[in-house]
Order: sequence, then structure tokens, then C-alpha cells
Amino acid sequence: MITLNVNGRDHQVDADPATPLLYVLRDELQLNGAKYGCGMGQCGACTVMVDGAAVFSCLTPVSLLPGRRIKTVEGLGSAEKPGVVQRAFIEEQAAQCGYCIAGMVMRAQALLEQNPSPTPTQVRDAMSPNLCRCGTHMRILRAVDRAADAIKSAGVDLKEAGNVRTG
Amino acid sequence: MSAPVEDIDGAKTADAGLAVTRRQFIAGGGALVLSFSLAARALAQDKSESGGDTKPADGKASALPGSLKKTPELDAWIRIDANGAATVFTGKAELGQGIRTALLQVAAEQLCVDWNRIGIVTADTERTANEGYTAGSHSMQDSGTAILHAAAQVRELLVGLAATQWNLPAAQLVAQHGEVRAPDGKRIGYGALVSGQNLHVSAAPTSRLIDPKTHAYMGKPVPRVDIPAKVSGGAAYVQDMRLPGMVHGRVLRPPSRGAQLVSLDSAPASRLPGVLKVVRDGSFVAVIAAKEFQAIVAVDALRRAAKWTDGPALPAQQNIYATLRALPSEDETISDIRNDGGTGVRTVNATYHRPYQMHSSIGPSCAVAWLQGDKMTVWSHGQGAFPLRKAISDLLQFPPERVHVIHTEGSGCYGHNAADDAGGDAALLARALPGRPVRVQWMRVDEHTSEPYGPAMISQARATLAADGSVAEWQYEVWSNTHSTRPGSAGDLAAGPTLATPFTPSKPQKIPQPEGGGDRNSVPLYKFRNSKVVHHFIPAMPLRVSAMRGLGAYMNIFSLESFMDEMATAAGADPVEFRLRHMEDKRAREVIQAAAARFGWSAYQQARGRGRGFAFARYKNLGAYLALAMEVEVDHESGRIRVLRVNAAVDSGEAVNPDGIRNQVEGGVVQSLSWTMFEAVRFAGTRILSRDWSSYPILRFGDAPGRIDIQVMERPGQPFLGTGEASQGPTAACLANAVADATGVRMRELPLSPARMKAAIGV
Repeated sequence: MITLNVNGRDHQVDADPATPLLYVLRDELQLNGAKYGCGMGQCGACTVMVDGAAVFSCLTPVSLLPGRRIKTVEGLGSAEKPGVVQRAFIEEQAAQCGYCIAGMVMRAQALLEQNPSPTPTQVRDAMSPNLCRCGTHMRILRAVDRAADAIKSAGVDLKEAGNVRTG
Repeated sequence: MSAPVEDIDGAKTADAGLAVTRRQFIAGGGALVLSFSLAARALAQDKSESGGDTKPADGKASALPGSLKKTPELDAWIRIDANGAATVFTGKAELGQGIRTALLQVAAEQLCVDWNRIGIVTADTERTANEGYTAGSHSMQDSGTAILHAAAQVRELLVGLAATQWNLPAAQLVAQHGEVRAPDGKRIGYGALVSGQNLHVSAAPTSRLIDPKTHAYMGKPVPRVDIPAKVSGGAAYVQDMRLPGMVHGRVLRPPSRGAQLVSLDSAPASRLPGVLKVVRDGSFVAVIAAKEFQAIVAVDALRRAAKWTDGPALPAQQNIYATLRALPSEDETISDIRNDGGTGVRTVNATYHRPYQMHSSIGPSCAVAWLQGDKMTVWSHGQGAFPLRKAISDLLQFPPERVHVIHTEGSGCYGHNAADDAGGDAALLARALPGRPVRVQWMRVDEHTSEPYGPAMISQARATLAADGSVAEWQYEVWSNTHSTRPGSAGDLAAGPTLATPFTPSKPQKIPQPEGGGDRNSVPLYKFRNSKVVHHFIPAMPLRVSAMRGLGAYMNIFSLESFMDEMATAAGADPVEFRLRHMEDKRAREVIQAAAARFGWSAYQQARGRGRGFAFARYKNLGAYLALAMEVEVDHESGRIRVLRVNAAVDSGEAVNPDGIRNQVEGGVVQSLSWTMFEAVRFAGTRILSRDWSSYPILRFGDAPGRIDIQVMERPGQPFLGTGEASQGPTAACLANAVADATGVRMRELPLSPARMKAAIGV
């Protein structure tokens, strides 16, 4: 058994230690946010946060994760009570098929926790590991800007705001 | 209704009346509609890409609008429950284009019900009308039009029921917020009106539509209903389904198309943790395991234990265009206009090339199937639930009524990708493990190497300018494989031809004009005195190909609109003015002028290293009108193109959701930039070499345009014009035109990759 802290709560997981976090999140914890896209860290659909940094959950074996804080898009808010970044994505209607979007939200969350006032170039650079095929890039960039503005105007600390315990 | 009404063509209709052919009020389960007959409605001869808006099954012409032609009963589209809640039924599917929201807007508006009292059921072989494929930008034209009229006519029926009940003239009554109201303040809810009654009536050709000036939902940027779940980890996709007792399947795809399995030692894989079954049928090999990652580990073990023959050799990539040109073709002149023209003074020739390109869904294809008793249920994100039901019933040798296909959203598909194939795989595995739901998702390498690609194409243009600077003679030829190998039949599914008793793929077919396949948009909308267009249809397919967003329109518009700029240059004319010189269609002129104005075309100051481009098309010459201008900068060191800004104008007819149209056009522009700047499937020997995102790179954030601005033309009351694919072709030509302006070099072979650009501009 491996103990994983996901969205502020400890979970006992019965999985082979080599299992990538993605499959434990989806199959054991029944969390939908992280998506399988490539299994090679090339597309970012599986992006979650570990100790505040964006990581590819498809490449990260659970054996590396005991004692680390894992955050998924479910930990930022819900459809009814979205977190700051989620709300910005809804307000910009920044999705088409949306398969990449949970990963985009997590990539943006990690950026804004580190740097609440990124320049446009910093935003593009930070988001570059994540692919979108519908071409929603312009709206995603606007959503990140909108979230940054919301953080500024409300004076919220993103690391604390909108955290939701799940599981 | 007291509001003035219009029919779909904008003509005033004083009192359309309703052709109630079978006005039956039958005691039923407290709903306006409980059941309707679907079984008898075979898919009519499929003459359009969608198979949706065609003649009724009996072959007689129908005056009914949109998909009402094939499914005229109102109860196939709208249901009112006894509690007053309304449900819309569409045979089209949500593919990420926002159709769920747009159709709800149409229905809520015309039914006069509140937003929170209406729901929608999408493509389902046991619940909705058969609208063929969700393809060809047909959803609003086919289903949106049907729902527009069905909802309006159901509203009128409800008003009629209240009028009968109250013994008042219907003209005095008003439908509002899911109620019918009388001048004296009496009111009755829709639920109470239909309670205990069933109604099954045929639609009338025209409807009393709500006056666009009073619209509450149509024409408004209503937020999409599906986005909140998608940003918060809600169960939004077939990939997220978790049925009781569900297990996971993975298929071992052949290393090349047509490879045969020689031997397989399945014992090592069978002993792995969680493995429930190894399935083998001819060269179809798969594993089923309790957990997803166990299935992935096990299929890798199978891969190591399998020996294959090689499939047939693929053509050499460097000669692919010559190889295709040398294959036998069926040649058809699809347009030939002869007039006495001015004498030509200058002739220009050009040849254009487009490589194989792939759909590249971010989420590999997925399906869930479950055999319960003798009934197979398949949840699939394919574009056609009914055609997939037929293919799976062939594959399993089940009669169609034993197969139920339910469309469930997946990752965006942009045409015919592997979604249907995954549905076939899941059905085969569910048959092998009766009683257990089986979820199958393809691996990335399988999606990249086994999905059907957008076909490689060649085009040749030749035109002569008259002394007055107009085109006297225009000739255009295009060579292409088919643009649709959608199932169809079991042989069109990836698994079909690999089984011990193999199924044969369907014979490749042309999609005839006016929509066209490889020849889509090959006929110019411009007025030329003489013109001729020839389509060379090549049946033999060296690589598996099918429909990719826009089909031949992407290549043909790239060619035509590049060539218009080449002709403008030859004529010494401004590209926008040159287009207007040859364009009579008023709405086309208006989008061209709008895009040019928003860009600031006439006041443009060219900076060093930069250039501007322009392009226009009306998708299929039947759908949305779209024009755009862009400014680019080409980096001479890397050959990389930077798109600084894009200004577009689109006329989609009546815009049900203007923000949805903007989202589709923005997305189409960015996706087409990705195709046009980066994408070509690589292959050698028997193998596809584009196996992942490093060997088939697509656009990332660093290459997204600086900004995109879109004007949606206001056309209240006009018919809906399909928009989802309208950006693909114009964007490609606009980029090539801007690059030519910036560098002086005309690029005629796609993609305009950094390496190719660098070679062309000679640094």
C-alpha cells in the first residue's frame, strides 16, 4: 500500500509502485481531470501539481510521491464553485472539445502560484508543454490573463484560495 | 402568438397553419411524446457528406426544412414532460463545436421555455432521429433547422390545445415561459396541456417563428453548457465512463497496415497481474485486464511475443505526388463555363501540393461496450451513431436491433479519426467477455499510425488575363483519393480486415457535387468569363485516408486563393480589389470588405521583413462566407513564420451563438495554421514514421498568432450556414499570400515548414 496526499487528503492506494500517477488518479481515486494523451510527457493533458510544480502525471510513478502534496483540477473547485483559474476559463469560454483543458488549468495554476503577474511571453512559455488541437490557444491565453487580473484585484493568495478537498 | 413571424427564408408568413396529418390524442404516459418509430427509417442514399439533409427514405422530394425531410414527426425532435420540462432530441453529436448549447438556444427560443427547463439528448440509435454523420458543417443546417421548425410548431400546437380547452381563438393567446397565457390572465403550463396525451404529427413546411427582434436566446452569446464540467474534472467524456464491473481492453495493432500475425505466445501476458483474457481472432489481438495500467503492461508483453509478416510497401515519400498522379483516375469535368471572352494577353500556371496530414486528437480514441444478454451497447465518440451501429452489427453478425450505439463525447475528432475503430474494438472485446463493460482506449502510437489521414493532393491551375486585367480563362484540375471511408461496413473499421474471417473495406466513393470530396470548393465562386474544373478521382489508396475537417476544401481553397493572388500580381492589382473585381455575390463582397476594413488593408504600411495576405471562400459554395487578412513576419535565420495578427469576417446566416461562431473560427484559423506551417505524415518502407508529437509536431503556444479578431455578420432570420470547417482553406492561402508579400517567395507546397521556408528564402 502506498499513501498519497491528493487535494489535501491522504489515500491508501493498492498499486504497483511503478504505476504512473495518472492511472491511480483515474482508476483508484476516480478523478477525471487528468487525462491520458500521450504517455510520454509531450502533450500535457495529464498535468497535475506536485508540491506546487506542474508535472506530467503520465510519467510520474507513484513510488516517488509519498509525502508529496498532489493537486488535481478537482482540488481547485467544482463546476458549481469554480476556483479563480477555473472561473477565468469559464468566463473566457476557453474550451472547445475541452479534453486538454483540465491540464491547461493546472499548468496555469502552477504558473500563477509561482508568478502572479506573468508577462505575455512568460505565459506562452509556461503553457508551451501543453497541446490543444481545437485551436483554443487565444482564449486560453486570455483566461490566464483574466485569472492573473482577478488575483491582483482581489488580492488573493492562489495557493490558499479555492482549494477543495476531494476523495 | 402575437409576435410577427417569418419563415426560414425570411418571407413573411401570415398564418402558416399546421399540416396535422395524424392528429391523434392517445392516452399515454403523461408526455407529449413517448415513442416514435425509428426502425423503418433506413438511411437514404447518402449523397452529402453528412447523409443528413437528403431526400426522405421513400425517395420523394420533400418541402420540409432541414432534417425534417427524413424525419418529419415533431415528436422525434421535441418532448414535453407532464411536469412541463422540455427535451430536445438531435441526431447530431457534440464534438466540441458547441452544438449542444446552440441547439438548446434554438429550441428554448422557439418553444418559449426557460433555459433551466430544457434538456437535450444527442445521437443515440434508440432515442434520436438518424441524422447520419455529424460532419460537413451540417449540424445547424440539418438539425438546427429541423429543431427550429419542430419547436415552433410544437409551441403552436400547445397554443392550439389551450385555445380548444378555453374555447378562445388561438390568435389571442401567447406562449411564454413554458405556459400559454390568455388576455384575461388565465394561464396553463405546457405540462398540464399535454398531460395524459400523446401526439404524433408530421411537420409543416413553414412555421411561425419568433421575431428575431424579440429573441431571448438565439443570437446571444449564451455560455456553453458543457464547459463548467470540463474545467473541473466532471465526467465529460467517454474516457471518463465508469460502469459497474468495468474492465479495460487494449488492442495490439499490426506494425503496418495489412501485416498478418504469424505467431503469438500469449502465455507470458496471460500470467500478468489483473489480466482476465487474451483475445485473438486472426490478426486481431487484444488483452482485457481489471485495471487500465495492467492492460497497458499486458499489451506490451503481447507485442514482444507476437511475430508478424510485413504489410505491403508504402510508396516512397519523396515521390508521393508522382506516384499518386500515375495511379488510374476517374476523371470528371465538374464545371465548364464557356462565353465569348476577351483575348488573353498573359497566361499564368501553378502547381500546388498537400501532404498526408492527421487529425491528431489530443485524447486517443476510446469506446465502452457491454454485452448484456443478447444486446450490445456501445458508447462511442464517433461522428455517426447509426452508421456505426450498422458496421458493428456486421462485425458481430448481430441484427441491428441487438446493437445500441450511444454517442458520448470524446476528444475533438476533426473528421473521421479512429473513434469508430475504437467502437468496433470495444464491441469485439465485450463479446469476448459477456456481462462485463469493457473500456478500450487507443495508445498514442496507435492513434498516430493507424488513424485514417487527410489525403495527399495535387492541383494545377492555369489562367489567362485579358487586356483589361480581368480573368478571361480559368482552368483548374485536382487529383485526390476519396475523402470519406467512414463506416459503412465492418470492413471500414480498423479491426474488420484483420479478423480470421476478414471483412473487406468498402469500395472508395466520391462525394458528388455540389458538396464534393476531393473537389470540394474546386469551383471558384468568382465570375470568370470562361472556366473549367476537372476532378481526377484516384480510387487506389496507398495510405489509409478519410475525411479531415474541410475535406478537399482545405487544399482547393489554398490553391485557388493562392492563385488569385498570383493572378492579381500578374495584373498589377491589389489582391482585395482583384477579388472584388470578379465577385458578384453580395454577401461574399461584404465579408471581403469587412475583413479588409478591420485589418486596415488600404492604410497598411509594410514594415521590413513583414507582409500581409488575404483570402476568401464560401465553404462548399453553400455554407458560411469567410474572409480574412493577416500580417506575418518571417525569421530569416530559422525560417519560422510568426503570425502577428488575423482579422476575419464570417457570415454564418443567422448567428445562433455569436461567441460559439467566434470560437469555431478562431479554432479553425489556429488549427489550419498548424496544418499549414508544420504538418506532414512521414512514412518509409512499410511503416508510418509519425508516431508521436515529436515525429509529428503540431502548433504550440509559442507559434499561436499575436491576436485574432473576428467579426460575425448580423443576418437575423437568414438560414443557418455551416461554419465549423469554413476557416481551414482560407487560412492556408492567407498565410501563403502573406509570406509571399513578406519574402517575395511564392510557396506552393504544404506545409510551409521552417526548413522549407529557410530553403526557399535562401539563407
